[in-house]
Amino acid sequence: MDKFDKLSGIAAPMPLVNIDTDMIIPKQFLKTIKRTGLGVNLFDEMRYDADGNEIPDFVLNKPQYRDASILVAGDNFGCGSSREHAPWALADFGIKCIVSTSYADIFYNNCFKNGILPVVLPQEQVDLLMKDAEKGSNARIEVDLTAQTITTSDGDVIAFDIDPFRKHCLINGLDDIGLTMEKAASIDAFEAQAAQSRPWV
Amino acid sequence: MSPKTLYDKIWDAHLAHEAEDGTCLLYIDRHLVHEVTSPQAFEGLRMTGRTVRAPDKTIAVPDHNVPTTLDRANAATMTEDSRVQVEALDKNAKDFGIHYYPVSDVRQGIVHIVGPEQGWTLPGMTVVCGDSHTATHGAFGALAHGIGTSEVEHVLATQTLIQKKSKNMKVEITGKLRPGVTAKDITLMVIGETGTAGGTGYVIEYCGEAIRDLSMEGRMTVCNMAIEGGARAGLIAPDEKTYEYVKGRPHAPKGAQWDAALAWWKTLYSDDDAHWDKVVTIKGEDIAPVVTWGTSPEDVLPITAKVPAADDFTGGKVGAAQRSLDYMGLTPGTPLSEIEIDTVFIGSCTNGRIEDLRAAAAILKGKKKKDGIRAMVVPGSGLVRAQAEEEGLAQIFIDAGFEWRLAGCSMCLAMNPDQLSPGERCAATSNRNFEGRQGRGGRTHLMSPAMAAAAAVTGRLTDVREMM
Repeated sequence: MDKFDKLSGIAAPMPLVNIDTDMIIPKQFLKTIKRTGLGVNLFDEMRYDADGNEIPDFVLNKPQYRDASILVAGDNFGCGSSREHAPWALADFGIKCIVSTSYADIFYNNCFKNGILPVVLPQEQVDLLMKDAEKGSNARIEVDLTAQTITTSDGDVIAFDIDPFRKHCLINGLDDIGLTMEKAASIDAFEAQAAQSRPWV
Repeated sequence: MSPKTLYDKIWDAHLAHEAEDGTCLLYIDRHLVHEVTSPQAFEGLRMTGRTVRAPDKTIAVPDHNVPTTLDRANAATMTEDSRVQVEALDKNAKDFGIHYYPVSDVRQGIVHIVGPEQGWTLPGMTVVCGDSHTATHGAFGALAHGIGTSEVEHVLATQTLIQKKSKNMKVEITGKLRPGVTAKDITLMVIGETGTAGGTGYVIEYCGEAIRDLSMEGRMTVCNMAIEGGARAGLIAPDEKTYEYVKGRPHAPKGAQWDAALAWWKTLYSDDDAHWDKVVTIKGEDIAPVVTWGTSPEDVLPITAKVPAADDFTGGKVGAAQRSLDYMGLTPGTPLSEIEIDTVFIGSCTNGRIEDLRAAAAILKGKKKKDGIRAMVVPGSGLVRAQAEEEGLAQIFIDAGFEWRLAGCSMCLAMNPDQLSPGERCAATSNRNFEGRQGRGGRTHLMSPAMAAAAAVTGRLTDVREMM
């Protein structure tokens, strides 16, 4: 998995609340058996018309946001389906960090498996970053995971919280499965005990 | 011993490892797999030379992509990419030696209907699947939730998940339901009250007389949509109805193992003085038949209400509501019961079980769908379909002008050919009314099977109580 430490980039504003994973990557793109190549279809039905032409008003089609690597979004981002195609599409487009007041549980987990940092901040600070994002490509936002800070283009520093284990995995690009396999003895022991106490399972 | 919730008890019984920082490895008893979210996970195993740790606890069935038309044995009914996904599951199931119900098997169906039907889902288990509606299995008092594909690979390889414990939330539905009100109305009403993020960070336990009174099918409908309220999982404590449903199913325990299992299952309830981080109480008698008007499952109103205006809301919801009204093509102030529909879809993991088909057929018996309405029933599994045929329900649907389909997810998410066209308005028994969910530009109103049947007859959203 890609490591995440520091990021300096353009933030795209998406103030809509409840952006769901059907919006992020519509179902017709779930028929792939690969993890890559979904960036072109990120937000497909908001981004292109029925004939496949770009909708100029959509934020990621605007010249100043085409290279955005950060999304500042409304509440409850990523609700709905468990499809990991949503973070795959975001990562493939180049989004490395999302800022919102809240995320749906499964989407939040999925981000960390794909080198994307979902930052949770109070409404006021999301509003501040939303305004900063609205300035366009002259406004670069700095994200520092080690220091747990986001710095606006005006130099305001915002601190954020993150689970230490998730932070550790993201900074070091660690493979969860490899980490868990190091605990194989505990899993073996649990299985042996469960075979006694709940043999019907 | 300190008092525990049902969730606490299941969690404690599955904790395989706990690190100093509180990161836990939760052991997984049942891993359900379908064709859309698993190919990359199996590919990951192959690339790293890993294998499936517990193939006996891993059950696969194709459901999302498969056509539901009667000619589906003909490969030409599937698009090339859908066929590739289904064939990948055929191959992965064979290569890794996991339990499998292929499209040709009468037991095939939606993964969340097949699991309980075959007795794979049992009280007190941990159940996961790369699908958010895994919450369905919580109806048995199993801790069940959706996971992403990376986690599917993690469970395949290790039979565990890395987890932090969620908080405990109690949703109590007191008293009795009024006539015409169903499990679907309960679960939509709860989301309407708490919002789509109201359950984020929690595992919900549903309780109260109205929940106890529900059949297992109804309880599955309630838990199925826990995810729509943002919760990690929904749970209902097992009781006699649960044991009765489970007993004798192909993979349920038998003989002495049944007795041992039953003894443990009877300890699976929340202790009286257990701690709840959040409590929501709704009176059963206050719940009416409801429909959704917008593009979020929280956009719920009684069928007797009118389309709201964006300014009825506050904060970020004002913009979202306006976007929903535009997308849905609705004018504020219009009575919901005057909204005309084009299509009726009865099915899905929310409402594709036998009881759902009985409820819809009870309304449709001796009636016809309105001319020009496209209407289909998609049973949740081949066995549900067979049972409905045996009970004469299929004939009622056919006589009413409905298409009687084979099992699959179908128009719930429109990954197969069953889709809405732009602007087409659908009365649906599924679980999501998101923009484009049932087809680009399609407009979805969520409701119970009985309400969807009533809408088919009148051609508009209809209060089912007028037909009872």
